[in-house]
Amino acid sequence: MSGERVSVQVNGIAVQIVSGSSVAAAIAWLGVPSRRSVSGQWRAPLCGMGVCFECRVSIDGVAQQRACMVPVREGMQVRTDD
Amino acid sequence: MSHYDLIVVGAGIIGAACADCASAEGMKVAVVEPGSVGGGSTASSMGHLVALDGLPAELALAKYSMELWQSLADLPQAQYHRCGTLWLAADDADLARIPAKLARLAAGGVVAQAVDAASLRGLEPQLVSGLAGGVLVPDDGAVYPPAVAMHLIERACQRGAVLYHERVVRLEAGGVLLHDRSRLHGAVLVATGCALAELLPELPLQPRKGHLVITDRYPGLIRHQLLQMGYADSAHGEVDSSVAFNVQPRPGGQLLIGSSRENRSTTREVSMPMVQRMLQRAFEFLPGLRPLQALRIWTGLRPVSVDGLPYLGRVPDRPGVWVAAGHEGLGITTSLGSARLLVDQLLGREPAIDPRPYDPARVAA
Amino acid sequence: MTERYDVLVVGAGPAGLSAARAAAGHGARVGLIDAQARGGGQVWRHDVVRAEASSVPRALTRVIARARVEFLAQTQVVAAARGILLVEDTRGARSLQTAAVILATGARELVLPFPGWTLPGVTGAGGLQALAKQGWPLAGKRVVIAGSGPLLLAAAASARSHGAQVLGIHEQASAAAVLRFAGGLWRWPSKASQALRLRAQLAGIRYRCSSVVLRALGDDRVRAIELDGPGGRQQTECDQLAVGYGLLPNLELPQALGCDLENDGAHPQVRTDDRQCTSVTGVFAAGEICGIGGRDAAVVEGAIAGHAAVGEVSALQALQRRRQHQRAFAAHLQRYFALDSRVLALAEPETLVCRCEDVPLHALDGHLDARSAKLATRCGMGACQGRICGSALAAMGRFPRGDLRPPFFPARLATLGDTNFPADFNPGGVSP
Repeated sequence: MSGERVSVQVNGIAVQIVSGSSVAAAIAWLGVPSRRSVSGQWRAPLCGMGVCFECRVSIDGVAQQRACMVPVREGMQVRTDD
Repeated sequence: MSHYDLIVVGAGIIGAACADCASAEGMKVAVVEPGSVGGGSTASSMGHLVALDGLPAELALAKYSMELWQSLADLPQAQYHRCGTLWLAADDADLARIPAKLARLAAGGVVAQAVDAASLRGLEPQLVSGLAGGVLVPDDGAVYPPAVAMHLIERACQRGAVLYHERVVRLEAGGVLLHDRSRLHGAVLVATGCALAELLPELPLQPRKGHLVITDRYPGLIRHQLLQMGYADSAHGEVDSSVAFNVQPRPGGQLLIGSSRENRSTTREVSMPMVQRMLQRAFEFLPGLRPLQALRIWTGLRPVSVDGLPYLGRVPDRPGVWVAAGHEGLGITTSLGSARLLVDQLLGREPAIDPRPYDPARVAA
Repeated sequence: MTERYDVLVVGAGPAGLSAARAAAGHGARVGLIDAQARGGGQVWRHDVVRAEASSVPRALTRVIARARVEFLAQTQVVAAARGILLVEDTRGARSLQTAAVILATGARELVLPFPGWTLPGVTGAGGLQALAKQGWPLAGKRVVIAGSGPLLLAAAASARSHGAQVLGIHEQASAAAVLRFAGGLWRWPSKASQALRLRAQLAGIRYRCSSVVLRALGDDRVRAIELDGPGGRQQTECDQLAVGYGLLPNLELPQALGCDLENDGAHPQVRTDDRQCTSVTGVFAAGEICGIGGRDAAVVEGAIAGHAAVGEVSALQALQRRRQHQRAFAAHLQRYFALDSRVLALAEPETLVCRCEDVPLHALDGHLDARSAKLATRCGMGACQGRICGSALAAMGRFPRGDLRPPFFPARLATLGDTNFPADFNPGGVSP
């Protein structure tokens, strides 16, 4: 239901976001990039639809999840690269 | 222009190593390769450098070759990773084989130490509990073979070797006939791996298909190459198909998972039932693999000789023709030593290790 | 665990939803597979922020809601063989058996490399629209839209309706081409009215033709872009750059199943007959994978495929006439938005081409074919398996795109290791 907000933790920081949003959106609300490339560059989503794999983060302890394909859930723990 | 001291047929890791070694000795070398350098079995391989002790002659060649690999340890594109191998004893039967294994490795000059059950998880936290023990071989490692093959060919070419993007259709007296009907003249070294029968049908060579799965990056999850104690049995076994646990951590954190062997498969198609068997075996040792993301599955063909040891030396009844092929799953490890052995024999020098176990003449006997 | 269906539809965008409805209408047991949590694909993507904006037509959601179609959400096809799809969802993996498969895997965007394209804040044009709809913060952000095609307008409208300040839309095609495209829209009234609506929504936003983004500038994210247009070069500060050069059919699954492709459009597409049947018996295809043609073509083709897949041909003739009309739009679209060669040459030697493995363009020099380049440089070996770099390199004329082998998307090892495959499961093969 639109308008309802959900609280997720991104890198230990609580982010409130509209229910149904993607984890990628929650990360963007925090203003941080999602991953470091193999040579250490910061990256953020490119395609928004699960094809580019730039949005990979750890969700509830499971690594390498595409954040743009996962809807937020109350209490979710998200960790980006540091 | 078409006369050479040595014509190397095939630019996989074996041919590339031979071309590099021969050119370093001042020989005028031609390399003939129809595809890309390191693009055959070399490209599909795991790239492990393992002191495999299934047979004494296998261990001797591996040990000799791994000493030579040290000279390439700093080559960036080789991605050399001295991860060591942790052999795993699943049960008491495996455990009972450890003393003999340690003795074989010691006799071969390979540093190794027994690891008791309690210490296993300290070395490798992801291992399933309840394993009986293991053996740590700290000097084993892994490389990225196609880049090494390309580097060796480049090095040879810098010394004047010539790379022909061509196919040898026939061996002839004094040289080879190429597909474009031209000829090259000189001693010939056949290093064509699984395609050996096309030029040397008298040397039995069977392709043995294997599967590999590579995961996304999980840095630090697995620290050593892991092999189950029975791996060599699979490598030297005669059954139609077998799997043996083998996981290699790549430098970037990807995990390379093997191994499977099939004698009767004639295609390169991925067999999902075979992949399933292989992964089921892997889960027995590393249950933590299950949630990891697999990116790619591929197959490769191992060239298998009459007895699992490569053919390295003069080909009987073919003057001027030599062979370096049939390395099963140890081709990367033994490539540099094979090349040195071959070139020593070509130049009439005493090889560093006994060449007789690899003599192609053994086939006729 | 194996479940049996009469029809499995892969992709729940306009084509897939339409196909599922048609097939289910005849009483078939239909499974509708999509990797997203909700149906709609890209065109009808649910907007979490502006939920009042209509997305999927009610008629289609009703069919699913009444359980006549089983919607398998957050489900990916990992491997496929004749009549069997191995799928993975959030909890596990299953083998699904089916008499017929309808492929409606849609399109992705063509993003071409240029200096700075890897900076955070640079997205596709459709990419930005997708991100906006999934809750991405855009309010107050300065956004530049660039690339090619009508999608740029839709992306700009989406951005604006989510509160962004759209600084401009930069189309690489010439003004003459765009005018001729617009001038021909009268033949498709729904598209003409859509275009007029977009024009109204975009009032006050500069729309420039023959205009290309040369580079994105910034340290840890995009801060400014450099544009090249008829007026010369200029730099513009911005917070987001949304750049896309048209759409590409997602062909991995059709190719793996052995479907023949054809080259009628700007990019390879699946060849079908007038019943949306591919070259493989029992495999149908509909929508963008048959050629980039937009939502209306996808809906009618999906319907044709849905009826044909269950052997019901009575409704087909009328649908086929509509299809022909919509496919003519696809040709019209392709004609006027062809890519100028300069957008294919924006990358500099140091520009990364493979984002997954950080491979620069110059590393690919000297390699004769895609495979040897890949082996030497690792280009294409990363998680996206060449979807981004391989598509770009194919469009740039460097290397053609190769086949993708299973897994078609990354899959859990448990999916591959805990599933019981029948002994004759032959992925991608039609013949054993």
